[in-house]
Amino acid sequence: MRRPPLDLSLLPDGGVRWLDASGPNADIVISTRLRLARNVVGYAFTARARDGERLRMLAQVREALAHVPILDGSVLLRLDESGPLDRQLLHERHLVSKELAGLDAQHPLRTGAAVFLGEQVGVLVNEEDHLRLQAMRSGFDVPAAFAMASRMDQELGARVPFAFHKEFGYLTACPTNVGTGLRASVLIHLPGLVLTKEIGKVLAGLQQMGLTYRGLYGEGSEVVGNFFQLSNQTTLGRSEEELQDLLVRVVRHVIEREEEARRVLVRDAGYIIEDKLWRAFGTLRFARSLSFDEAMNFLSGVRLGVGLKLIPGLSVYTLNKLLIFAQSAHLAHLEGRALTDSESNLARARYVRQVLATEGSGVE
Amino acid sequence: MLCDHCKERDAVVHLTRIVDNAVTQLHLCEKCAAEKGVETTIALPQHPLGEILQAVQQQASPTAAADAAVCAFCGATARDFRATGRLGCAHCYDSMESSLRELLRRLHGSSKHVGRRYDAPRPETLAEVDVRTELRDKLQRAVDAEQFELAAELRDKLRVME
Repeated sequence: MRRPPLDLSLLPDGGVRWLDASGPNADIVISTRLRLARNVVGYAFTARARDGERLRMLAQVREALAHVPILDGSVLLRLDESGPLDRQLLHERHLVSKELAGLDAQHPLRTGAAVFLGEQVGVLVNEEDHLRLQAMRSGFDVPAAFAMASRMDQELGARVPFAFHKEFGYLTACPTNVGTGLRASVLIHLPGLVLTKEIGKVLAGLQQMGLTYRGLYGEGSEVVGNFFQLSNQTTLGRSEEELQDLLVRVVRHVIEREEEARRVLVRDAGYIIEDKLWRAFGTLRFARSLSFDEAMNFLSGVRLGVGLKLIPGLSVYTLNKLLIFAQSAHLAHLEGRALTDSESNLARARYVRQVLATEGSGVE
Repeated sequence: MLCDHCKERDAVVHLTRIVDNAVTQLHLCEKCAAEKGVETTIALPQHPLGEILQAVQQQASPTAAADAAVCAFCGATARDFRATGRLGCAHCYDSMESSLRELLRRLHGSSKHVGRRYDAPRPETLAEVDVRTELRDKLQRAVDAEQFELAAELRDKLRVME
């Protein structure tokens, strides 16, 4: 069956305003995301619920959203009625999780899987928990992300009864999320720490502080292009404010360590680094075929070059855009058809060349 | 993906090397990577579910009765929880309260929520929940889980209402 492709112009801000590099520390921290896990009273949790329960819960939330001003103008996308390419596209845009998109072999697509997308906010419906309220901001901006998620929580929670326990707090399907249900995370680029081999120590220290790290797409994903997602490990026994403070303090420290590592690199290996980063730029600018991992690694190099002011004339926004738009489903969407791996590599190289030719024309 | 070297175990270390401007990719299992002296300073992200399951299994072995106790709302048992690491519904937190308290202490270092308090909106402001629909859902779940005693009980309740 052929479905019409997803019309991305329907999404407020295309769902990617968090890419615009306008936030604090945007050259190192790509984005901040904060999510609150909530379940609705009267239904079994998503995995145990029957199709009818999930659909009724979705309908109940949909009705309540008329009274949630922060989600005015939001768009409902039914993942259970979307094709695999569209679902992957939303996942590549970091708007839905792999589990909700049904792209995970362990979690097939569920009836009632849906997402409401507003401006920099979204409500994932029938994920592991009934509702995941999420807010995304450009750069390192935990307070702004929390303010938006919290407003959504209060407005929606006044209309839809959330499962809350006087001792355990907000109840979730997995006990690792119970309590505040709050997970704050930053997508951070740490090439300096990787190149100076300090990263192992930093990640180990982070875990001792109660934080955890993941790859580009969160839980279970691989680390590519030196991009890490850092987030709080626990959700219970600390208040929402304490959890945010912890993440802010530790991430600030990681940023300082990364900046220090970059200074060391330039001081001790100046021309070698400069040569490496320019070679990365040259490859992206002229290659005819690029695999995803390759593109991510070269983009990491160029991003470091821009951060170190060794590669002038290229904006962080352009690099952020390439990070998202050079992924397979985005390329397939651009070409208007499904692509094989090798076609995808050709399309990726073509897209990257074209973007760098127009937006990186000042680079010399 | 299998290890490029031994072609037996799953590859967990993925190396991208650039030698003379040519990019080569090498996929190795942990053992072969260690033998080749590849530094794996970036440990693979752990699967959080694994930790929970481990923590659950470390708990004192439950009695058969506690193990088979069925949540009256969703029909899930402690055994289901140990198998999946996921609770069936909000009521499971009550039916497994004491063992969960211990588990939460292990996972979070505390079992007490100190964040925001929440009062659910009053029922009169909510859309009415159809009790019969809820019962039918419970019945179907009980049948699916082959909990026939519970199913019979629910069927009788439904008959009285209909």
